[in-house]
Amino acid sequence: MAGTTQKRWTSGQAKSRRGTEDPWYIRWILIGVAALFAGVFLILPLANVFGQAFAKGWQTAFGSLTDPDTIAATKLTALATLISVPLNTVFGVAAAWLIAKFEFRGKAVLTTLIDLPFSVSPVVTGLVYVLLFGLRGYFGPWLDRHDIQIIFAVPGIVLATIFVTFPFVARELIPLMQAQGSDQEQAALTLGATGWQTFWHVTLPSIKWGLLYGVILCTARAVGEFGAVSVVSGHITGITDTLPLRIEKLDKEYNSVAAFSIAALLAVLALLTLGLKTWLEHRQQRELDLAQTSSDSPDEH
Amino acid sequence: MNWSGLQRVVAGIAAALVLAALLRTLTRQEPGIVRLLNVSYDPTREFYAEFNREFAQLWQQKTGETVRIQQSHGGSGKQARSVIDGLRADIVTLALGYDIDAISSKGGLLPSDWASRLPSNSCPYTSTIVFLVRKGNPKDIQDWDDLVRSNVTVVTPNPKTGGGARWNYLAAWGHALHKPGGSPATARDFVSKLYRNAPVLDTGARASAQTFSERKIGDVLITWENEAMLLLREHGTNRFALVRPSESILAEPPVAWVDRVVTRKKTAEVAQAYLTHLYSDAGQNLAAKHFYRPSNPAVAARYEQQFPPMRLFTLAEIAGSWAKAQAEHFADGGIFDQISSR
Repeated sequence: MAGTTQKRWTSGQAKSRRGTEDPWYIRWILIGVAALFAGVFLILPLANVFGQAFAKGWQTAFGSLTDPDTIAATKLTALATLISVPLNTVFGVAAAWLIAKFEFRGKAVLTTLIDLPFSVSPVVTGLVYVLLFGLRGYFGPWLDRHDIQIIFAVPGIVLATIFVTFPFVARELIPLMQAQGSDQEQAALTLGATGWQTFWHVTLPSIKWGLLYGVILCTARAVGEFGAVSVVSGHITGITDTLPLRIEKLDKEYNSVAAFSIAALLAVLALLTLGLKTWLEHRQQRELDLAQTSSDSPDEH
Repeated sequence: MNWSGLQRVVAGIAAALVLAALLRTLTRQEPGIVRLLNVSYDPTREFYAEFNREFAQLWQQKTGETVRIQQSHGGSGKQARSVIDGLRADIVTLALGYDIDAISSKGGLLPSDWASRLPSNSCPYTSTIVFLVRKGNPKDIQDWDDLVRSNVTVVTPNPKTGGGARWNYLAAWGHALHKPGGSPATARDFVSKLYRNAPVLDTGARASAQTFSERKIGDVLITWENEAMLLLREHGTNRFALVRPSESILAEPPVAWVDRVVTRKKTAEVAQAYLTHLYSDAGQNLAAKHFYRPSNPAVAARYEQQFPPMRLFTLAEIAGSWAKAQAEHFADGGIFDQISSR
């Protein structure tokens, strides 16, 4: 909320600030430094990824993507993403709705818990799963007796992915829903709509861009997750390797062309995500501004 | 989001079908196929990739059974840890006996006398520790003593985490002991100087090899003989040269089947056949092809050109046993910790 107010404030003052603006060369030096920094740290490595991938021609690069073990890794990544993203979407919407539209005891605790996966290192997350489900962990002996495998198998990878992508949707929706307030829902309810109808026809349409944005961030992280998944994977080629783990493995096998080809594939996905994200951010900002102007009462300014 | 009820149902079913199909392909258990998991350390990737194909073919001919061998590679200690925590390895082929000892003592997954179940102390192939230097050997590195010169930068992995790294450390230790007037005190001084010349300690042998070859750090890489020869083959002799020191350690990477897993999966027979095949002429030749020294003297004689005789001392000669070496050198507060904190 503060951000948008600030923005309107400075744009109104643009003319009067011109007199105190920095000289042109300082501006250009600063812009140059920023561009150089971005070039060296962002664009150069990215270009290098593509350069290395196509070092031995595009056939080799594409051929390495159809290797059976790489295809298995792609499938596993897709599975983990397809399970974790819908689950976290449902959870995120529910949590954001609860936190933004209701007052209850323990709200601060819930908000903190949602942020937990952001603050815990992914490696620690993985180790916690080993501690819980490992053969010498708390549930390990019981699982072992019933011949159920969680870690070093597909379920562990899915669990780890769900955990690290947990906050994305909720974090994205909470500020948006708080800014929108609950006036419209109240209006719908007084007009006789059921709770479900209110959610489906009033709440959901007004948050859809923010929701999509959260889903995209969540997907990007689910596809790219390395640390937590690496700990619980067991690295069985063709069985428990996700795409990022496969990249590491190929690199260690001195197969840099294949490693960089998959890296390039993930980079393309990331760039697409980035483009989509920018577009959605734009839509969402408009929506947020709209919500602001309609809900802010004049005496707040 | 103005979807009709029917559209929603169809979309839901489609999503469920995609998930189910993915789950199926990932967890499919084809009937009649035996699966073995070989959990190994880093530099054996290329060797076992070829050995597995050969063994699967042989087993098919012999029994009509299709066997699919899956591989997991990583730092030896880390791999042992995973097996203890429940990674279902039928077979472990690790860098040092200590790691299989740990699977036995900490995990209780195989008997403590595992080493006596197969010939040559369960080591079908051996190796040793050598140096890889830059082309033309610009720093003129010939022997262990050159590694402690102040103008030499050494690349070696961290002995706390890597199996090969411990062999490197113990090889240096053994050499220092064997020098005239050598004692544990002088050896300690020697390794201390050596690790002061090592700016990066990677977690495993493969990572160190990459630091040396791809990030181009260091004048000399201390590594497995097989890893050094593999790098020479990958990059040709125009970038690196192999230097064999006057003496080194006989590195014995052991193999074992994991009783608890093979009993449960009913794979004991095929797992044992797999390991026995490592000792066959075919297995020994393949090991030599991938730069491991065959344990069978008759086969080893055929590869004398590839593996020039070196003076090799054993772990027992210089440090007793792995348990003793571990406690004295690599445990928390051990000699390695003492020399690296200075």
